[in-house]
Amino acid sequence: MPEQIGTTTMKAIAIASVALGLMGPLATPSRAQQATEVQLTYAKGQFQPAEISAPADKPIAIRVKNLDAKAMEFESKSLRVEKVVAAGSEGVVNVRPLKPGRYEFYDDFNEKARGALVVQ
Amino acid sequence: MLAALIIVFREVFEAGLIIGIVLAVTGGVPHRDRWIGGGVLAGVLGASLVAAFAGALSQLFAGMGQELFNASILGVAVIMLTWHNVWMARHGREIASEMRAVGQAVAQGSKSLLALAVVVAVAVLREGSEVALFLYGIVASEGSSGLNLLLGSAIGLALGAAVCLATYFGLMKIPQRALFATTTALITLLAAGMAGQAVLFLERAGWLTSLDQIVWDSSWLLPEDSIIGRTLHTLVGYSDQPTGMQLLVYLAVLLITVLLMRVTRTPPAHGPIVTAAKG
Repeated sequence: MPEQIGTTTMKAIAIASVALGLMGPLATPSRAQQATEVQLTYAKGQFQPAEISAPADKPIAIRVKNLDAKAMEFESKSLRVEKVVAAGSEGVVNVRPLKPGRYEFYDDFNEKARGALVVQ
Repeated sequence: MLAALIIVFREVFEAGLIIGIVLAVTGGVPHRDRWIGGGVLAGVLGASLVAAFAGALSQLFAGMGQELFNASILGVAVIMLTWHNVWMARHGREIASEMRAVGQAVAQGSKSLLALAVVVAVAVLREGSEVALFLYGIVASEGSSGLNLLLGSAIGLALGAAVCLATYFGLMKIPQRALFATTTALITLLAAGMAGQAVLFLERAGWLTSLDQIVWDSSWLLPEDSIIGRTLHTLVGYSDQPTGMQLLVYLAVLLITVLLMRVTRTPPAHGPIVTAAKG
């Protein structure tokens, strides 16, 4: 009986690993290369500039530079992103191709810091 | 102070729900407090480490270290939850019956507890690292006015613990016979939801681009950042803008769990004993 339990557990783990392994080939690093890069600075609790723009229907990479002495979290519901940027460092936020419009973002650790990405 | 309270509460809310569910799942298993407490402690330590090295972590994998780290630990949690469910499908009956007193069952019980302790650690680690960064920011830059913010944070943390207890006692109200089926369903949905989140992180990192179109937008009906949205997000993996790949992986995890539980289930050879032991 105990060895039977062992084999079924092994079988279960094997099936799970195969299932996860099948997902591997789907993961390919590709988008980052052709993205439009937009610069954004965070200093004294504010985004600079408060409004950035980018072309429509193209992937966008927002490079957020945090000059403050504390970490910030770049977040946007409409862009579906959130990213912690440590004090005095920078982070890249990938955004999928967007329809024209205005997309707001903010610092999740500081509600006063707000800005928007205008897509044309 | 209120802002700090809200920020911290928002982060610990999800971890509170998950720990509450795990407590209910392990109700009556010997030494479970030690395991779950250990999971929380490991999570807090991990969160502090992640917060301390947040800058370095970000720079890994062409700036996508954070996203890939989150996707990986979510992946670990999904495997642990699924494994727990499959294991319980086989041994749940023995544990529920008097056999839990038998030494062997206890030893096996702790195997499953380890899986759940890992899940707790992952939940605390994910949410906790942001809280740690936020608190560190306060201490580093606010000076004496920071005391107010720290107080707010402490209340936020206490409210998170209250969510955990409310979830636990809410689940414990469910009659014992129905509890097992309920928690199995909860754990399965939790795992599927986490897998969906892991996909989102891979998409953000640009590592997963197939089927990344948004299938629906229900943010006008139930925004994901509302309190109900957040609860459903954690419990069943609700997303107001899921991509095709997120839906596919979500359904795949549900299907795989059900199949694995079918394959490994013990035939109820001694059905009456279980009922007898219950009374």
